[in-house]
Amino acid sequence: MSLSHAFFAIIRRDLLLALRKRSEIANPLLFFVLVITLFPLGIGARPQLLQAIAPGIIWVSALLAAMLSLDSLFRSDFDDGSLEQIVLSPHPTSVLVLAKVTAHWLVTGLPLLLMAPLLAVFLGMPQTSIGILLLTLLLGTPVLSLIGAIGVALTVGLRRGGMILSLLVLPLYVPVLIFAGNAVEMAGNGLPVTAQINILIALLLLALVLAPWPTAAALKMSIS
Amino acid sequence: MNTEQLAVSGLSCIRDDRVLFAGLDFAVDSGQVLLLEGKNGSGKTSLLRILCGFREPDAGQVLWCGVDINSSAYYADMAYVGHLDGIKKELTVSENLKVALALAQAGSHTIADALEKVQLGGYDNVLVQTLSAGQKRRLSLARLLITQKRLWILDEPFTSLDKQGIALIETLMAEHCANDGLIVLTSHHDLNLHGVNVQRIHLS
Repeated sequence: MSLSHAFFAIIRRDLLLALRKRSEIANPLLFFVLVITLFPLGIGARPQLLQAIAPGIIWVSALLAAMLSLDSLFRSDFDDGSLEQIVLSPHPTSVLVLAKVTAHWLVTGLPLLLMAPLLAVFLGMPQTSIGILLLTLLLGTPVLSLIGAIGVALTVGLRRGGMILSLLVLPLYVPVLIFAGNAVEMAGNGLPVTAQINILIALLLLALVLAPWPTAAALKMSIS
Repeated sequence: MNTEQLAVSGLSCIRDDRVLFAGLDFAVDSGQVLLLEGKNGSGKTSLLRILCGFREPDAGQVLWCGVDINSSAYYADMAYVGHLDGIKKELTVSENLKVALALAQAGSHTIADALEKVQLGGYDNVLVQTLSAGQKRRLSLARLLITQKRLWILDEPFTSLDKQGIALIETLMAEHCANDGLIVLTSHHDLNLHGVNVQRIHLS
């Protein structure tokens, strides 16, 4: 019953569950693609403008897609009592929570990453900034999942927690949005982006270490 | 050994300005069963949830082997089966038990043994959503058998079980007590445990 065994068992379980309920993978991804395709339709035939705001469009859409997918993180486990069993396990809840967030990112965050280059080309983003866009998504979306986990853990016990969740979580997403959006824009202009990338790495490491604790504490509060 | 395994002293629970119970003291020793009785809403489930550590008691403390449950190895020793089954309906029977096994110390029964014992043998690869309510109940009780837990906390374990299922679970409970286990449970059903020391507490 080693801790790493439990960690991977939870990841395996959640991936298996996602595989059996495929809509949970597909929905955030479809949402991401749809929102991005709405922009050219709304703005009209102005490729320069579209190109200029492409980093922002992609990042804001990723933010919203990540937020919409959050509810599935703990909902079903809360409803069927699996969460009680996870909390009662002798292993630290925070580590098991980290396993759940990891699995959730693999299912909802990673597909966005794979889809993003296509959408970047679609919006006419310059080649040079597509690599940086992917890098910022790779570093940024796990932060979204980790921060979001705290919010869902707090609201999972509420009947209609969706609205409160977005009000809680979206302001906390702002730093990621600022640095990621800025990095992609600068890369498009051929400027160095080391500073922004370093800050994103720092945010990711901070979130990895700090987010699971309050998430575990909030989950315990939610089931009491 | 002289100190009781599970001891509760001066426990109080207040919910929405209503005192459910106050100054509750009891102790459960190895091989004993504690049956909580009382009307609906008398605080049985609240008491169990305090024993699980889900709720903080409003006063008093819960001790495991003389140490507060939050600072002892309590969680390695206790298992809880509540109103919610805690099993995923999209997973198969054996996948569910494997996850439970990963979260705790393996017990004396293998997964196949445990399923045989609760009469779910041959259901290993069946999705839980196709099982009946009684079968799901038996599956959540099978979880107790595959892990090495001395204290079982059961909230209405006999719900949705047929007569045969009830007799089966009673046998398993008697076996657990014979192996120095402890059980705390609530039940509306009359317990029929032979040769087991059953302590009753009536909450009102």
